[in-house]
Amino acid sequence: MPAIKVSNLSVKYEGFEIFRGISFTVEEGDYIALSGPNGSGKSTLVKAMLGLIEREDGNIWIFDKQIKDFDEWYKIGYVPQKLNINPFFPASVEEVVSMGLLSRYKLSLKFKKYDKKKVLDVLEMMGILDIKNKNINKISGGQFQRVIIARALVSEPDILILDEPTTALDPETREKFFDILSSINKERHVTIILITHDTGTVGKYANKLMYFDRKIVFFGTFDDFCKSESMSHYFGYGSQHIICHRH
Amino acid sequence: MNFFELLSFGFIQRAIVAGCFIAILCSILGNFLVLRKLSLIGDGLAHVTFGSVAVGLLLNLYPMYVAIPLTLLSGYGILLIVEKAKLYGDAAIGIVSSAGVSLGILISSIAGGFNIDLFSYLFGNILAVSNEEVLISVLLSVAVIIVIICFYHQLVSTTFDEDLAKVSGIKTKRINVILILLISLTVVLSMKIIGIMLVSSFLILPSVSSLQFARSFKEALFLSCIFSLFSVFTGIIISFSLNLPTGAVIVLINLCIFLISFLLKKLNFTGL
Repeated sequence: MPAIKVSNLSVKYEGFEIFRGISFTVEEGDYIALSGPNGSGKSTLVKAMLGLIEREDGNIWIFDKQIKDFDEWYKIGYVPQKLNINPFFPASVEEVVSMGLLSRYKLSLKFKKYDKKKVLDVLEMMGILDIKNKNINKISGGQFQRVIIARALVSEPDILILDEPTTALDPETREKFFDILSSINKERHVTIILITHDTGTVGKYANKLMYFDRKIVFFGTFDDFCKSESMSHYFGYGSQHIICHRH
Repeated sequence: MNFFELLSFGFIQRAIVAGCFIAILCSILGNFLVLRKLSLIGDGLAHVTFGSVAVGLLLNLYPMYVAIPLTLLSGYGILLIVEKAKLYGDAAIGIVSSAGVSLGILISSIAGGFNIDLFSYLFGNILAVSNEEVLISVLLSVAVIIVIICFYHQLVSTTFDEDLAKVSGIKTKRINVILILLISLTVVLSMKIIGIMLVSSFLILPSVSSLQFARSFKEALFLSCIFSLFSVFTGIIISFSLNLPTGAVIVLINLCIFLISFLLKKLNFTGL
Protein backbone atom coordinates (compact mmCIF):
# COMPACT_ATOMS: atom_id res chain seq x y z
CA MET A 1 0.00 0.00 0.00
CA PRO A 2 1.47 3.40 -0.94
CA ALA A 3 2.02 5.75 1.99
CA ILE A 4 1.03 8.78 -0.09
CA LYS A 5 -0.37 8.97 -3.60
CA VAL A 6 -0.67 12.31 -5.37
CA SER A 7 -2.58 12.53 -8.62
CA ASN A 8 -2.78 15.50 -10.99
CA LEU A 9 -2.26 18.02 -8.16
CA SER A 10 -2.53 21.70 -9.08
CA VAL A 11 -2.17 24.65 -6.73
CA LYS A 12 -2.76 28.36 -7.31
CA TYR A 13 -1.96 31.20 -4.92
CA GLU A 14 -3.84 34.47 -5.41
CA GLY A 15 -4.50 33.55 -9.03
CA PHE A 16 -0.86 32.66 -9.69
CA GLU A 17 -0.24 29.06 -10.68
CA ILE A 18 2.41 27.48 -8.44
CA PHE A 19 2.35 24.10 -10.18
CA ARG A 20 -0.01 21.96 -12.26
CA GLY A 21 -0.67 18.26 -12.82
CA ILE A 22 1.78 16.82 -10.29
CA SER A 23 1.51 13.05 -9.80
CA PHE A 24 3.73 10.72 -7.81
CA THR A 25 3.62 7.91 -5.28
CA VAL A 26 5.51 7.57 -2.02
CA GLU A 27 5.91 3.95 -0.95
CA GLU A 28 5.89 2.84 2.68
CA GLY A 29 9.40 2.94 4.10
CA ASP A 30 10.71 5.40 1.49
CA TYR A 31 13.18 8.04 2.60
CA ILE A 32 12.82 10.81 0.05
CA ALA A 33 15.00 13.88 -0.18
CA LEU A 34 12.90 16.62 -1.78
CA SER A 35 15.14 19.25 -3.27
CA GLY A 36 14.94 22.17 -5.67
CA PRO A 37 15.76 25.87 -5.99
CA ASN A 38 14.28 28.54 -3.74
CA GLY A 39 10.70 29.39 -4.71
CA SER A 40 10.26 26.16 -6.64
CA GLY A 41 7.14 25.18 -4.67
CA LYS A 42 8.54 22.40 -2.46
CA SER A 43 6.93 23.68 0.75
CA THR A 44 3.68 24.41 -1.12
CA LEU A 45 3.69 20.85 -2.50
CA VAL A 46 4.06 19.42 1.01
CA LYS A 47 1.40 21.73 2.46
CA ALA A 48 -1.01 20.79 -0.33
CA MET A 49 -0.30 17.09 0.33
CA LEU A 50 -1.28 17.63 3.98
CA GLY A 51 -4.38 19.63 3.12
CA LEU A 52 -2.98 22.80 4.70
CA ILE A 53 -3.62 24.83 1.56
CA GLU A 54 -6.46 24.58 -0.89
CA ARG A 55 -5.74 22.75 -4.10
CA GLU A 56 -7.02 23.85 -7.47
CA ASP A 57 -7.32 20.31 -8.74
CA GLY A 58 -6.16 16.76 -8.11
CA ASN A 59 -6.44 14.06 -5.49
CA ILE A 60 -4.34 12.95 -2.54
CA TRP A 61 -4.52 9.60 -0.78
CA ILE A 62 -2.79 8.86 2.51
CA PHE A 63 -2.63 5.14 3.25
CA ASP A 64 -5.27 4.58 0.54
CA LYS A 65 -7.71 7.07 2.07
CA GLN A 66 -8.69 10.26 0.31
CA ILE A 67 -7.31 13.14 2.36
CA LYS A 68 -10.81 14.47 3.09
CA ASP A 69 -11.66 11.13 4.72
CA PHE A 70 -8.29 10.63 6.41
CA ASP A 71 -8.56 10.87 10.18
CA GLU A 72 -5.56 8.93 11.51
CA TRP A 73 -3.45 12.05 11.88
CA TYR A 74 -1.29 10.50 14.58
CA LYS A 75 0.30 8.61 11.68
CA ILE A 76 1.67 11.90 10.33
CA GLY A 77 4.49 13.92 11.85
CA TYR A 78 5.15 17.34 10.31
CA VAL A 79 7.91 19.85 10.90
CA PRO A 80 7.18 23.06 8.97
CA GLN A 81 9.83 25.42 7.68
CA LYS A 82 8.35 28.36 9.58
CA LEU A 83 5.98 28.49 12.51
CA ASN A 84 3.47 31.23 13.04
CA ILE A 85 4.00 31.36 16.79
CA ASN A 86 3.51 34.39 18.99
CA PRO A 87 7.00 35.07 20.43
CA PHE A 88 5.41 35.58 23.86
CA PHE A 89 3.61 32.22 23.88
CA PRO A 90 4.07 30.94 27.44
CA ALA A 91 4.63 27.23 26.95
CA SER A 92 7.22 24.92 28.45
CA VAL A 93 9.20 22.58 26.20
CA GLU A 94 7.25 19.62 27.62
CA GLU A 95 3.89 21.30 26.93
CA VAL A 96 4.79 21.92 23.28
CA VAL A 97 5.97 18.35 22.71
CA SER A 98 2.81 17.02 24.44
CA MET A 99 0.70 18.86 21.86
CA GLY A 100 1.92 16.28 19.32
CA LEU A 101 -0.07 13.61 21.17
CA LEU A 102 -3.38 15.35 20.54
CA SER A 103 -3.70 13.56 17.21
CA ARG A 104 -4.36 10.34 19.14
CA TYR A 105 -7.34 11.78 20.99
CA LYS A 106 -10.61 13.14 19.67
CA LEU A 107 -11.44 14.97 22.86
CA SER A 108 -9.06 14.79 25.75
CA LEU A 109 -9.43 16.22 29.21
CA LYS A 110 -6.13 14.83 30.39
CA PHE A 111 -3.25 12.94 28.86
CA LYS A 112 -2.65 9.46 30.17
CA LYS A 113 0.36 8.41 32.28
CA TYR A 114 2.14 6.54 29.49
CA ASP A 115 1.86 9.64 27.31
CA LYS A 116 4.11 11.44 29.79
CA LYS A 117 6.68 8.68 29.37
CA LYS A 118 6.48 8.99 25.59
CA VAL A 119 7.12 12.72 25.86
CA LEU A 120 10.10 12.20 28.16
CA ASP A 121 11.53 9.47 25.88
CA VAL A 122 11.36 11.66 22.79
CA LEU A 123 12.83 14.62 24.70
CA GLU A 124 15.74 12.41 25.68
CA MET A 125 16.15 11.14 22.11
CA MET A 126 16.39 14.74 20.87
CA GLY A 127 18.78 15.67 23.70
CA ILE A 128 16.50 18.27 25.28
CA LEU A 129 15.30 16.45 28.39
CA ASP A 130 17.24 18.81 30.64
CA ILE A 131 15.27 21.83 29.38
CA LYS A 132 11.80 20.26 29.59
CA ASN A 133 10.50 22.84 32.06
CA LYS A 134 12.01 25.84 30.31
CA ASN A 135 9.81 28.38 28.56
CA ILE A 136 10.19 28.07 24.78
CA ASN A 137 10.95 31.81 24.64
CA LYS A 138 14.08 31.21 26.70
CA ILE A 139 15.74 28.55 24.56
CA SER A 140 18.01 28.86 21.52
CA GLY A 141 16.87 28.53 17.89
CA GLY A 142 18.55 25.13 17.61
CA GLN A 143 16.89 23.87 20.79
CA PHE A 144 13.52 25.16 19.58
CA GLN A 145 13.98 23.33 16.29
CA ARG A 146 14.60 20.11 18.24
CA VAL A 147 11.45 20.77 20.30
CA ILE A 148 9.36 20.98 17.11
CA ILE A 149 10.99 17.83 15.74
CA ALA A 150 10.27 16.06 19.07
CA ARG A 151 6.66 17.24 18.80
CA ALA A 152 6.43 15.58 15.37
CA LEU A 153 8.00 12.34 16.62
CA VAL A 154 6.05 11.92 19.85
CA SER A 155 2.93 10.42 18.26
CA GLU A 156 5.16 7.70 16.72
CA PRO A 157 4.12 8.59 13.17
CA ASP A 158 4.29 6.29 10.16
CA ILE A 159 5.03 9.21 7.85
CA LEU A 160 7.37 12.02 8.81
CA ILE A 161 7.45 15.16 6.67
CA LEU A 162 10.14 17.69 7.44
CA ASP A 163 10.61 21.04 5.72
CA GLU A 164 14.24 22.13 6.02
CA PRO A 165 14.48 21.02 9.65
CA THR A 166 18.22 21.33 10.05
CA THR A 167 18.71 25.01 9.17
CA ALA A 168 19.02 26.10 12.83
CA LEU A 169 21.11 23.12 13.93
CA ASP A 170 24.87 23.10 14.41
CA PRO A 171 26.85 20.56 12.31
CA GLU A 172 27.21 18.06 15.17
CA THR A 173 23.48 18.12 16.05
CA ARG A 174 22.63 17.98 12.33
CA GLU A 175 24.64 14.79 11.85
CA LYS A 176 23.04 13.28 14.96
CA PHE A 177 19.61 14.30 13.69
CA PHE A 178 20.22 12.63 10.31
CA ASP A 179 21.32 9.49 12.18
CA ILE A 180 18.08 9.53 14.24
CA LEU A 181 16.00 9.93 11.05
CA SER A 182 17.90 7.13 9.39
CA SER A 183 17.39 4.77 12.34
CA ILE A 184 13.64 5.41 12.62
CA ASN A 185 13.37 4.90 8.85
CA LYS A 186 15.23 1.59 8.98
CA GLU A 187 14.13 0.22 12.35
CA ARG A 188 10.55 1.48 12.58
CA HIS A 189 9.97 1.54 8.81
CA VAL A 190 8.81 5.17 9.03
CA THR A 191 8.34 6.86 5.67
CA ILE A 192 10.29 10.11 5.49
CA ILE A 193 9.96 13.07 3.15
CA LEU A 194 12.70 15.59 3.86
CA ILE A 195 12.86 18.96 2.11
CA THR A 196 16.49 19.95 2.03
CA HIS A 197 19.10 21.80 0.06
CA ASP A 198 21.73 19.59 1.63
CA THR A 199 21.35 16.82 -0.94
CA GLY A 200 25.00 15.88 -0.51
CA THR A 201 24.61 14.97 3.18
CA VAL A 202 21.12 13.51 3.00
CA GLY A 203 22.21 11.42 0.03
CA LYS A 204 24.02 9.18 2.52
CA TYR A 205 20.69 8.28 4.12
CA ALA A 206 17.80 8.81 1.67
CA ASN A 207 16.94 6.12 -0.86
CA LYS A 208 15.14 8.44 -3.29
CA LEU A 209 15.53 11.97 -4.57
CA MET A 210 12.82 14.21 -5.93
CA TYR A 211 14.05 17.34 -7.66
CA PHE A 212 11.19 19.79 -7.87
CA ASP A 213 11.10 23.05 -9.79
CA ARG A 214 7.36 23.80 -10.12
CA LYS A 215 7.27 20.38 -11.78
CA ILE A 216 8.92 17.08 -11.00
CA VAL A 217 12.27 17.34 -12.76
CA PHE A 218 13.50 14.05 -11.35
CA PHE A 219 12.05 11.41 -9.05
CA GLY A 220 13.90 8.17 -8.51
CA THR A 221 16.72 6.51 -6.64
CA PHE A 222 20.02 8.25 -6.07
CA ASP A 223 21.67 5.65 -8.28
CA ASP A 224 19.31 6.51 -11.15
CA PHE A 225 19.95 10.18 -10.49
CA CYS A 226 23.69 9.68 -10.71
CA LYS A 227 23.40 7.76 -13.95
CA SER A 228 20.90 10.16 -15.51
CA GLU A 229 22.33 12.07 -18.44
CA SER A 230 19.33 14.42 -18.51
CA MET A 231 20.07 15.34 -14.89
CA SER A 232 23.66 15.92 -15.81
CA HIS A 233 22.39 18.28 -18.48
CA TYR A 234 20.00 19.97 -15.99
CA PHE A 235 22.41 20.41 -13.09
CA GLY A 236 25.69 20.54 -14.91
CA TYR A 237 28.08 17.63 -14.57
CA GLY A 238 29.96 19.22 -11.63
CA SER A 239 26.95 19.54 -9.30
CA GLN A 240 25.66 16.08 -10.11
CA HIS A 241 29.11 14.66 -9.48
CA ILE A 242 29.36 16.39 -6.06
CA ILE A 243 26.02 14.94 -4.91
CA CYS A 244 26.78 11.47 -6.24
CA HIS A 245 30.35 11.44 -4.97
CA ARG A 246 29.13 12.08 -1.40
CA HIS A 247 26.37 9.53 -1.85
CA MET B 1 -18.22 51.10 58.00
CA ASN B 2 -15.80 48.22 58.25
CA PHE B 3 -14.92 45.64 55.62
CA PHE B 4 -17.25 42.92 56.97
CA GLU B 5 -20.22 45.28 57.20
CA LEU B 6 -19.60 46.12 53.58
CA LEU B 7 -19.70 42.45 52.62
CA SER B 8 -23.04 42.00 54.40
CA PHE B 9 -24.83 44.14 51.80
CA GLY B 10 -26.77 42.05 49.29
CA PHE B 11 -25.80 44.21 46.32
CA ILE B 12 -22.09 43.93 47.23
CA GLN B 13 -22.42 40.14 47.49
CA ARG B 14 -24.17 40.01 44.11
CA ALA B 15 -21.51 42.25 42.58
CA ILE B 16 -18.67 40.10 43.92
CA VAL B 17 -20.23 36.81 42.80
CA ALA B 18 -21.08 38.03 39.28
CA GLY B 19 -17.80 39.95 39.00
CA CYS B 20 -15.66 36.98 40.03
CA PHE B 21 -17.26 34.62 37.50
CA ILE B 22 -16.90 37.17 34.71
CA ALA B 23 -13.32 37.89 35.82
CA ILE B 24 -12.36 34.22 35.51
CA LEU B 25 -14.03 33.96 32.10
CA CYS B 26 -12.45 37.10 30.70
CA SER B 27 -8.97 36.30 31.97
CA ILE B 28 -9.00 32.76 30.55
CA LEU B 29 -10.33 33.78 27.13
CA GLY B 30 -8.12 36.88 27.11
CA ASN B 31 -5.01 34.68 26.98
CA PHE B 32 -6.22 33.01 23.78
CA LEU B 33 -7.05 36.37 22.23
CA VAL B 34 -3.81 38.13 23.12
CA LEU B 35 -1.67 35.24 21.91
CA ARG B 36 -3.61 35.08 18.64
CA LYS B 37 -3.13 38.83 18.18
CA LEU B 38 -6.91 39.22 18.28
CA SER B 39 -6.99 41.41 21.39
CA LEU B 40 -9.37 43.93 19.88
CA ILE B 41 -12.05 41.40 19.04
CA GLY B 42 -13.52 42.04 22.49
CA ASP B 43 -13.70 45.73 21.68
CA GLY B 44 -15.36 45.06 18.33
CA LEU B 45 -17.93 42.72 19.79
CA ALA B 46 -18.59 45.11 22.65
CA HIS B 47 -19.54 47.72 20.06
CA VAL B 48 -21.97 45.20 18.60
CA THR B 49 -23.54 44.74 22.03
CA PHE B 50 -24.09 48.51 22.06
CA GLY B 51 -26.22 48.19 18.93
CA SER B 52 -27.90 45.06 20.31
CA VAL B 53 -28.80 46.76 23.59
CA ALA B 54 -30.34 49.63 21.62
CA VAL B 55 -32.42 47.11 19.64
CA GLY B 56 -33.52 45.47 22.90
CA LEU B 57 -34.50 48.77 24.46
CA LEU B 58 -36.35 49.80 21.30
CA LEU B 59 -38.33 46.56 21.25
CA ASN B 60 -38.85 46.74 25.00
CA LEU B 61 -37.08 43.42 25.50
CA TYR B 62 -34.49 42.54 28.13
CA PRO B 63 -31.27 43.78 26.38
CA MET B 64 -29.16 40.74 27.28
CA TYR B 65 -31.62 38.41 25.53
CA VAL B 66 -31.27 40.44 22.32
CA ALA B 67 -27.53 40.99 22.70
CA ILE B 68 -26.65 37.29 23.10
CA PRO B 69 -27.89 36.07 19.67
CA LEU B 70 -26.85 39.25 17.83
CA THR B 71 -23.34 39.24 19.28
CA LEU B 72 -22.91 35.52 18.63
CA LEU B 73 -23.93 36.12 15.00
CA SER B 74 -21.54 39.05 14.73
CA GLY B 75 -18.67 36.99 16.15
CA TYR B 76 -19.34 34.32 13.55
CA GLY B 77 -19.62 37.12 10.96
CA ILE B 78 -16.06 38.23 11.76
CA LEU B 79 -14.82 34.72 11.02
CA LEU B 80 -16.79 34.58 7.77
CA ILE B 81 -15.43 37.94 6.62
CA VAL B 82 -11.86 36.79 7.30
CA GLU B 83 -12.42 33.52 5.48
CA LYS B 84 -14.59 34.57 2.54
CA ALA B 85 -13.36 38.12 1.88
CA LYS B 86 -9.73 37.12 2.66
CA LEU B 87 -9.34 40.11 4.97
CA TYR B 88 -7.13 40.29 8.03
CA GLY B 89 -8.84 39.90 11.41
CA ASP B 90 -8.39 43.55 12.41
CA ALA B 91 -10.20 44.74 9.27
CA ALA B 92 -13.06 42.30 9.85
CA ILE B 93 -13.33 43.41 13.50
CA GLY B 94 -13.40 47.04 12.34
CA ILE B 95 -16.24 46.37 9.90
CA VAL B 96 -18.43 44.54 12.43
CA SER B 97 -17.57 46.99 15.19
CA SER B 98 -18.52 50.08 13.19
CA ALA B 99 -21.72 48.39 12.03
CA GLY B 100 -22.67 47.75 15.67
CA VAL B 101 -21.98 51.31 16.80
CA SER B 102 -23.82 52.77 13.81
CA LEU B 103 -26.84 50.62 14.56
CA GLY B 104 -26.82 51.72 18.20
CA ILE B 105 -26.50 55.43 17.40
CA LEU B 106 -29.17 55.24 14.70
CA ILE B 107 -31.71 53.47 16.90
CA SER B 108 -31.09 55.65 19.95
CA SER B 109 -31.40 58.73 17.75
CA ILE B 110 -34.68 57.58 16.17
CA ALA B 111 -36.27 56.22 19.35
CA GLY B 112 -34.89 58.64 21.93
CA GLY B 113 -35.85 58.44 25.59
CA PHE B 114 -33.70 55.48 26.55
CA ASN B 115 -30.30 57.14 26.48
CA ILE B 116 -29.96 56.80 30.27
CA ASP B 117 -30.51 53.02 30.09
CA LEU B 118 -28.04 52.79 27.21
CA PHE B 119 -25.45 54.71 29.23
CA SER B 120 -25.73 52.21 32.10
CA TYR B 121 -24.64 49.49 29.63
CA LEU B 122 -21.92 51.66 28.08
CA PHE B 123 -20.14 52.16 31.40
CA GLY B 124 -21.56 49.24 33.40
CA ASN B 125 -22.93 49.23 36.91
CA ILE B 126 -21.89 46.13 38.76
CA LEU B 127 -23.42 47.38 42.01
CA ALA B 128 -26.85 47.40 40.37
CA VAL B 129 -26.72 43.77 39.23
CA SER B 130 -29.98 41.97 39.97
CA ASN B 131 -30.42 38.42 41.31
CA GLU B 132 -31.57 37.30 37.87
CA GLU B 133 -28.46 38.79 36.24
CA VAL B 134 -26.21 37.09 38.79
CA LEU B 135 -27.89 33.77 38.06
CA ILE B 136 -27.53 34.21 34.29
CA SER B 137 -23.88 35.26 34.68
CA VAL B 138 -23.04 32.30 36.90
CA LEU B 139 -24.85 29.70 34.77
CA LEU B 140 -23.44 30.93 31.47
CA SER B 141 -19.96 31.36 32.97
CA VAL B 142 -20.01 27.77 34.21
CA ALA B 143 -21.18 26.60 30.78
CA VAL B 144 -18.39 28.53 29.05
CA ILE B 145 -15.76 27.23 31.49
CA ILE B 146 -16.92 23.62 30.91
CA VAL B 147 -16.57 24.10 27.14
CA ILE B 148 -13.07 25.55 27.64
CA ILE B 149 -12.07 22.57 29.81
CA CYS B 150 -13.41 20.10 27.23
CA PHE B 151 -11.55 21.75 24.33
CA TYR B 152 -8.57 23.01 26.34
CA HIS B 153 -5.81 21.10 24.50
CA GLN B 154 -7.35 21.85 21.10
CA LEU B 155 -7.67 25.55 21.92
CA VAL B 156 -4.07 25.78 23.15
CA SER B 157 -2.69 23.83 20.19
CA THR B 158 -4.61 25.94 17.65
CA THR B 159 -3.42 29.11 19.39
CA PHE B 160 0.18 27.84 19.30
CA ASP B 161 0.23 27.18 15.53
CA GLU B 162 -2.79 26.53 13.37
CA ASP B 163 -0.98 24.45 10.72
CA LEU B 164 0.57 22.13 13.31
CA ALA B 165 -2.83 21.79 14.96
CA LYS B 166 -4.43 20.84 11.61
CA VAL B 167 -1.81 18.14 11.02
CA SER B 168 -2.61 16.84 14.51
CA GLY B 169 -6.13 16.24 13.20
CA ILE B 170 -7.68 19.16 15.06
CA LYS B 171 -10.62 20.73 13.24
CA THR B 172 -9.17 24.21 13.60
CA LYS B 173 -12.12 25.92 11.89
CA ARG B 174 -14.47 24.38 14.43
CA ILE B 175 -12.18 25.39 17.30
CA ASN B 176 -12.02 28.97 15.97
CA VAL B 177 -15.83 29.09 15.81
CA ILE B 178 -16.08 27.76 19.37
CA LEU B 179 -13.58 30.33 20.63
CA ILE B 180 -15.28 33.27 18.97
CA LEU B 181 -18.71 32.18 20.20
CA LEU B 182 -17.36 31.87 23.75
CA ILE B 183 -15.87 35.36 23.48
CA SER B 184 -19.11 36.79 22.10
CA LEU B 185 -21.04 35.31 25.01
CA THR B 186 -18.48 36.58 27.51
CA VAL B 187 -18.60 40.10 26.11
CA VAL B 188 -22.38 40.17 26.50
CA LEU B 189 -22.14 38.84 30.07
CA SER B 190 -19.51 41.46 30.90
CA MET B 191 -21.39 44.51 29.61
CA LYS B 192 -23.45 45.02 32.77
CA ILE B 193 -20.48 44.36 35.03
CA ILE B 194 -17.67 46.31 33.43
CA GLY B 195 -19.45 48.23 30.70
CA ILE B 196 -19.33 48.03 26.92
CA MET B 197 -16.58 50.66 26.71
CA LEU B 198 -14.21 48.83 29.07
CA VAL B 199 -14.84 45.15 28.37
CA SER B 200 -11.85 44.70 26.04
CA SER B 201 -9.45 45.94 28.72
CA PHE B 202 -10.90 43.33 31.07
CA LEU B 203 -10.02 40.72 28.45
CA ILE B 204 -6.56 42.05 27.62
CA LEU B 205 -4.96 43.45 30.80
CA PRO B 206 -4.96 40.37 33.11
CA SER B 207 -3.54 38.30 30.27
CA VAL B 208 -0.71 40.69 29.33
CA SER B 209 0.18 41.01 33.02
CA SER B 210 0.38 37.24 33.45
CA LEU B 211 2.51 36.90 30.30
CA GLN B 212 5.23 38.92 32.05
CA PHE B 213 5.74 36.03 34.49
CA ALA B 214 4.26 32.80 33.11
CA ARG B 215 6.54 29.93 32.16
CA SER B 216 3.72 27.75 30.89
CA PHE B 217 0.24 28.24 29.47
CA LYS B 218 -1.41 26.88 32.60
CA GLU B 219 0.62 29.29 34.69
CA ALA B 220 -0.54 32.17 32.45
CA LEU B 221 -4.17 31.15 32.92
CA PHE B 222 -3.75 30.84 36.68
CA LEU B 223 -1.97 34.18 37.11
CA SER B 224 -4.41 36.08 34.89
CA CYS B 225 -7.32 34.66 36.93
CA ILE B 226 -5.65 35.77 40.17
CA PHE B 227 -4.96 39.29 38.82
CA SER B 228 -8.49 39.58 37.48
CA LEU B 229 -10.17 38.35 40.67
CA PHE B 230 -8.02 40.69 42.76
CA SER B 231 -8.98 43.65 40.56
CA VAL B 232 -12.70 42.87 40.80
CA PHE B 233 -12.68 42.36 44.54
CA THR B 234 -10.61 45.43 45.40
CA GLY B 235 -12.30 47.45 42.65
CA ILE B 236 -15.76 46.86 44.15
CA ILE B 237 -14.62 47.73 47.67
CA ILE B 238 -12.66 50.85 46.65
CA SER B 239 -15.32 52.17 44.27
CA PHE B 240 -18.08 51.74 46.84
CA SER B 241 -16.01 53.28 49.64
CA LEU B 242 -14.92 56.28 47.56
CA ASN B 243 -18.11 56.56 45.49
CA LEU B 244 -16.32 56.02 42.18
CA PRO B 245 -17.50 54.20 39.01
CA THR B 246 -16.72 50.51 39.62
CA GLY B 247 -15.90 49.45 36.04
CA ALA B 248 -13.34 52.21 35.65
CA VAL B 249 -11.73 51.44 39.03
CA ILE B 250 -11.46 47.72 38.15
CA VAL B 251 -9.79 48.52 34.84
CA LEU B 252 -7.37 51.00 36.46
CA ILE B 253 -6.39 48.42 39.08
CA ASN B 254 -5.71 45.98 36.23
CA LEU B 255 -3.62 48.65 34.53
CA CYS B 256 -1.60 49.13 37.74
CA ILE B 257 -1.04 45.37 37.96
CA PHE B 258 0.23 45.37 34.38
CA LEU B 259 2.59 48.30 35.01
CA ILE B 260 3.98 46.66 38.15
CA SER B 261 4.38 43.32 36.32
CA PHE B 262 6.09 45.02 33.40
CA LEU B 263 8.47 46.93 35.70
CA LEU B 264 9.28 43.79 37.69
CA LYS B 265 10.12 42.00 34.47
CA LYS B 266 12.24 44.89 33.20
CA LEU B 267 14.08 44.98 36.53
CA ASN B 268 14.43 41.19 36.28
CA PHE B 269 12.56 40.57 39.54
CA THR B 270 10.50 37.79 38.05
CA GLY B 271 13.24 35.22 38.59
CA LEU B 272 12.97 34.00 34.99
